[in-house]
Amino acid sequence: MLTETPAGLFCAAGGFHIDPWGPVDRALITHAHGDHARGGSRAYLCAESSKRLLERRFGSETPIESLPYGESAAIGGVRVSFHPAGHILGSAQIRIEGADGTWVVTGDYKRAADPTCDPFEPVECDTFVTESTFGLPIYRWDPVRHVVDEILEWWEGNRADGRTSVLFCYTIGKVQRLLAELARVTDRRAFVHGMMLSMIDAYRESGVAMLPVESATEQPRGTKFAGELVLAPLSARGTPWMRRLGDHSDAFASGLMRVRGVRRQRAFDRGFVLSDHADWPALLQSVTESGAGRVLATHGHSEPLARHLRNQGFEAGVIRTAWEGEPTGD
Amino acid sequence: MTRFALLYDAIDRTTSTNAKVAAMAGYFRVAPAADAAWAVFFLTGRRLKRLLPYASINDWTLAATGIEQWLLEECYSVVGDGAETAALVLDQLPPSPSEDLPLQQWVEDRIVTLRGMDPARQQHLMTTWWRGLDRLQRFLLLKLVTGEFRVGVSQTLVVRALAKAADLPPTTIAARLMGEWTPSADWYASVLSPERTDDDRSRPYPFFLASPIEDPIETLGDPNDWLIEWKWDGIRAQLVKRAGAIHLWSRGEELITHRFPEIVAAAARLPEGTVLDGEVLAFRDERPMPFSALQQRIGRQKQVAQLARTVPAVFMTYDILEDRGEDVRALPQTERRRRLEERLEEGRLEPDTPGASGFSRTDDDVDLFGPKAQALETPEYAPTTLRASPLVAAASWNELAARREESRGRGVEGFMLKRRTSTYGVGRKRGDWWKWKIDPFTVDAVLIYAQPGSGRRASLLTDYTFGVWHEGELVPIAKAYSGLSNEEIAEMDRWIRRHTRERFGPVRHVEPVHVFELGFEAIARSSRHRSGIAVRFPRMLRWRKDKKPEEADTLEGVQKLLP
Repeated sequence: MLTETPAGLFCAAGGFHIDPWGPVDRALITHAHGDHARGGSRAYLCAESSKRLLERRFGSETPIESLPYGESAAIGGVRVSFHPAGHILGSAQIRIEGADGTWVVTGDYKRAADPTCDPFEPVECDTFVTESTFGLPIYRWDPVRHVVDEILEWWEGNRADGRTSVLFCYTIGKVQRLLAELARVTDRRAFVHGMMLSMIDAYRESGVAMLPVESATEQPRGTKFAGELVLAPLSARGTPWMRRLGDHSDAFASGLMRVRGVRRQRAFDRGFVLSDHADWPALLQSVTESGAGRVLATHGHSEPLARHLRNQGFEAGVIRTAWEGEPTGD
Repeated sequence: MTRFALLYDAIDRTTSTNAKVAAMAGYFRVAPAADAAWAVFFLTGRRLKRLLPYASINDWTLAATGIEQWLLEECYSVVGDGAETAALVLDQLPPSPSEDLPLQQWVEDRIVTLRGMDPARQQHLMTTWWRGLDRLQRFLLLKLVTGEFRVGVSQTLVVRALAKAADLPPTTIAARLMGEWTPSADWYASVLSPERTDDDRSRPYPFFLASPIEDPIETLGDPNDWLIEWKWDGIRAQLVKRAGAIHLWSRGEELITHRFPEIVAAAARLPEGTVLDGEVLAFRDERPMPFSALQQRIGRQKQVAQLARTVPAVFMTYDILEDRGEDVRALPQTERRRRLEERLEEGRLEPDTPGASGFSRTDDDVDLFGPKAQALETPEYAPTTLRASPLVAAASWNELAARREESRGRGVEGFMLKRRTSTYGVGRKRGDWWKWKIDPFTVDAVLIYAQPGSGRRASLLTDYTFGVWHEGELVPIAKAYSGLSNEEIAEMDRWIRRHTRERFGPVRHVEPVHVFELGFEAIARSSRHRSGIAVRFPRMLRWRKDKKPEEADTLEGVQKLLP
């Protein structure tokens, strides 16, 4: 039903691509991260709660249609529906039902609780196209509240020492999740890099409760940030923008921080293991719950996951992606 | 082991040495002595001999998790560390509640008992133990049993932390950590004891430091009031001989005894209760070798004797602080000098007994449960390995100024001037000891690369590479990052960001526009640098905004500065 084309996964029966990495006629989008939602296509379809984020990304002139989770629509010869993936606000698995069976394309997903989005919903299918960003048994996430406690403790320690706490994180999803999680344990306001404001506003407009924030970028010259928490995109690291923050401790919130060598090589003062992707047990659990006999893995450690599944009796392979290397959104 | 694991975590997660010292000091204040003793053992880089091979850890991990071998290998390729890979995948077995055994019991009652045990029994014990531990402690256990435990602190930092915890001078602690010791509660108590112990006998005195002379030399008055020596560019050190043991301390309060066996051998002939102050130099054909030669000696821990043949060291002494067990620092400089010469002379007349009782054992890699390290090879040394820094006589300051011109040719940095009547002070006290250094070498070079500084300068491009002309190209000659004012740094930073030609990671290749006058203390040939030249202590003296890049120096011109 789906085939790999130079622009990405294509459904001939429905005449659409899923998360194409180039301009196409009709694109179905799993979520608003840059490696899944590329501009330039003639028409877009996404989950209803993703629409606001895509509009911010593409501009309001782009024709974007949406469907509520679970509601299906006929496109060409197939029926299509979106189901929560638990990755970020509006992230969806796309279910496609056609003459030759049912497929689910997960996009990115996680099974851990996240106050900023609807939880992953298992959807039965024949072929399960799963992400595999962290598809190795070394990746297993600790409960989120432990990680949030660690972050708060780090912030408190820096406050006591009169230092700024600079927490690097992705601009869509991770920063909002952090702000929502922190709102459960503190009511202190946080500063954010100016680039992050727009997507934080979009989350607030969607009804997600988060810590109050102020733009660190727009503070008057000479503002002191000692003791404050500043959230910033990784791209700001080592730029002159950082100078205003004064003496600081820096940290990175990502599933990559699970491995000590990665943490040390990047030379962050702290690494917080907080991921918006499925860990190894969640990948295996989701494969099982899909009831699929055939599994295709994509992104990250797809080969080991597929090989492991084959050894478990699945028909399994990999789908290549134009996006290799660092997982985005993490 | 929880407390030790938390300490490891606190050290591992920071790059700040102050934070590491604070974490260790906090641990030493509260940990039971027997645990703290083992902590010192591991933190100072001492290791248990490998008790289990990695192959066993690997097999038992596979058995405990049901993971296949190929998948564990895939994991290893991402993690790059066997113990960490095992600890991460073992995370699928939640820790079962168990008693938190002290570190000492872990090591003495559990870990070391694995040696030579039947493998099935080893497997049973290890898999039982790790079930009771969390991820971090499992990782540490695996590191300890495989003899690969490492943590990012130097012995100096451990010494600082112990000194803080015990409220004792770091030199006392450093001395007490020397030699061979077995970690135990008693040993640890003796390390922290406020009482004077036998180990304190190795302690050096605080160093007296000279200040650079800034006023005209004539302001020092009559040249005859001053004892004048050449200023050496080596490692300032104190040689301590007491109770039959010899210790060589650098000014950084690090023990360098075993780096320089020929000095130790020569010192064996000094009388008991002698402390000499001087300079360790790499010295051949009666002149100092480049500092880089001495650096080889500092870096080398093994096969020191072989290296000592090609890079022989001398201890150029210039003061005596303790004479036959008596603290003589309050005696006048001239009297100390007389005694120094006497002791050295006596040493030369005594029968030649190299190496006799000359070594204190301070093996860096003491192997507690393995075979004892072999006795050190008795090194060769010349009678002149221990010598007094020659005095320079001058009737007038003019004459001395003229002789100062010989400095470069002699491989020295100028003169030391010491008031004849002065006592040996503590620290940098102005007035009695002056250094009168020659002007640095200078070169006009062009800024070609820039990269961010470290620490608080991390967001500023402050580390520069400079080039000089060679066949129409700029060849890198020196890196420098000091000498500019904060305003100049900010101005340069803005300019570099706008005029970057290429980026290689953090390094920016900039347009060759700005000329700087660089100063440096010494210059030597080097096969490790593209220019064939290595300079010592390069820094920016002036931003030559008046010069165009084509007016900068050439490599050929710089080569003329070579000795």
